Amino acid sequence: MRREPPQTLGDYLPLLFPAAMLTIFFVVPFGTMIAVSFFQRQQGGFYTPAFVFDNYARFLSVFFGGVLGFSLMLAVIVAICCVMLALPFTYMLTRMARKVQVVWLVALLSILSLSEVIIGFAWSTLFSRTAGITNILVALGIMEQAKALTPSFGAVLTGMVYQAFPYTVLVLFPALVRLDPTLTEAARTLGASPLKAFFTVVVPALRNTITATLIMVFIFALGSYLLPQLLGRPQHWTLSVLITDQAIYQSNMPFAAAMAVFLVLVTLGLVALTVIAGRKGEAA
Amino acid sequence: MSGLALQNVVKEFGAFRAVNNVDLTVPHGTFVCMLGPSGCGKTTLLRMIAGLDLPTGGAIRLDGEDITRVPTHKRNLGMVFQSLALFPHLTVGENIAYPLRIRGVAKEEQKKRVDELLAMIHLSGYADRPVAKLSGGQRQRVAIARALSISPKLFLLDEPLSALDAKLREAMQVELRQLQQKLGITTIVVTHDQREAMTMADTVVVMSGGEIRQAASPIEIYRRPADSFVADFIGQTNLLEVQADSAGRAEVLGHVVPGLSLPAGSNKGTLSVRPEDVHLTAPGAGSLTGKVTFVRDLGGTIETFVDIAGHQIVAVSTPRARPDVSVGQEVGIALTPDVCVVLKK
Repeated sequence: MRREPPQTLGDYLPLLFPAAMLTIFFVVPFGTMIAVSFFQRQQGGFYTPAFVFDNYARFLSVFFGGVLGFSLMLAVIVAICCVMLALPFTYMLTRMARKVQVVWLVALLSILSLSEVIIGFAWSTLFSRTAGITNILVALGIMEQAKALTPSFGAVLTGMVYQAFPYTVLVLFPALVRLDPTLTEAARTLGASPLKAFFTVVVPALRNTITATLIMVFIFALGSYLLPQLLGRPQHWTLSVLITDQAIYQSNMPFAAAMAVFLVLVTLGLVALTVIAGRKGEAA
Repeated sequence: MSGLALQNVVKEFGAFRAVNNVDLTVPHGTFVCMLGPSGCGKTTLLRMIAGLDLPTGGAIRLDGEDITRVPTHKRNLGMVFQSLALFPHLTVGENIAYPLRIRGVAKEEQKKRVDELLAMIHLSGYADRPVAKLSGGQRQRVAIARALSISPKLFLLDEPLSALDAKLREAMQVELRQLQQKLGITTIVVTHDQREAMTMADTVVVMSGGEIRQAASPIEIYRRPADSFVADFIGQTNLLEVQADSAGRAEVLGHVVPGLSLPAGSNKGTLSVRPEDVHLTAPGAGSLTGKVTFVRDLGGTIETFVDIAGHQIVAVSTPRARPDVSVGQEVGIALTPDVCVVLKK
């Protein structure tokens, strides 16, 4: 089918609605946020229009830098864990019978229907001393005494990986289904063990998909602010938690806006770097 | 014994028997074509030889060693898939070097071998191209080179040429056969194209319903088919009922054919006569008489369709021996025993 570029004003008409929605619900609020980030804060929760860099300057401290670094690191670890778990899982899932696939996918979709709050409280119960999984280990004689596993970094990581895992599987699934199964068989006839075939054929053939999935989970994990509070200590709080804190509890809108803008810029920068690195790797 | 031996190989998928008690010996250096309609079990048999499917029963031996349970990657074979299965993330050279890389062969040696193989498939200088940029025939050659890069004991091909257009396919058949003869490698090809099998094979194995119907040289299969299925499947043929008359002579459609004998111990059979062996004569001069229903003049060959009491017989002649017949005319058909094969019922 040949596609003609739009000629008259009428041809652009179907674009008008999405364009308007995008402007009203994304461009305007985001613009407002950028503007507010340069405003002057007033004591008592108000701010006056101005153009000052105070908010950004305040952000450039060891404390906030540390929080930003931790947030990025946490998101990267969550993304890597999710892909490392979901890739072999999804690969095996695509090789199963259709019926089994449907059961698994429905189960994963049902996790998506859970809110972050429920996931957080469920895991904090599972990790607790009184009713947690350590009691099972004690009953099995593996552990001496039941103990609390939360709050800790491990608990935050588990909760976030659990939350992002279904998304990861759903993003990887179509690409893995489309992957020609004879590629692995060919690798096996050519002398690769099943495990070697997975790493020398399946993973490299899906490189672009894996990169895209890593970016998606990374961004998804970056926005998480409930789980770190429910399952972690204050040092495990992410920048999103601080933004919420500044915006809602400290009533410092300009500073919260500045942090949010900064987070968006850093995220975009990292994604751009990943994409460029991916392109370079392709050319080489 | 050197070569491949299949002993009573059985493969069941649930209640369905895809391969039923197959016995086959393939001496070293032989080119075997497994031929049959789709669903006859030929691909399943090849996959079992490759180790991609496990037989339900029986044994597979290679050079005397039982390899029935040896995993695919330890069998040292080369296989070309119908989809070719070239690795899309690797270049032509990297694809060919893959089996060497997996086996930890030194880089310089890999490069040397890749250059050798590229020269062999007439694609020298293509090592750095991505496989997506190749034409169908070139991709085909790369898949063959990749399968041969470790000089395997066994070279397996599953409908390797089915994706190519007719002209290229014919050329590749000749090329593949010449390559196999040069390397002297034991080769098994699965195909449903009998022309392909006739072109390339030392031995044609005709399969149907999970069983081997006949395994013999192409010309023997053509000249002396084991049964009517084989006769009908390989090339074109005319099949007619043969019965013994009261005196025990072979009778075709009510006419005694002198010199024709029935299978031992049977008074019924099926007569197979190839279209090029059917000679048209004046009415009454041959063994049988019929009416011409259609003449298909293809330039190179002329096919004459003759109806004898409801049975259709096709005669093929060359333009030099063009029969002087037209539709509706009565003709005689000469059946001489030397060109007729009587098959068991």
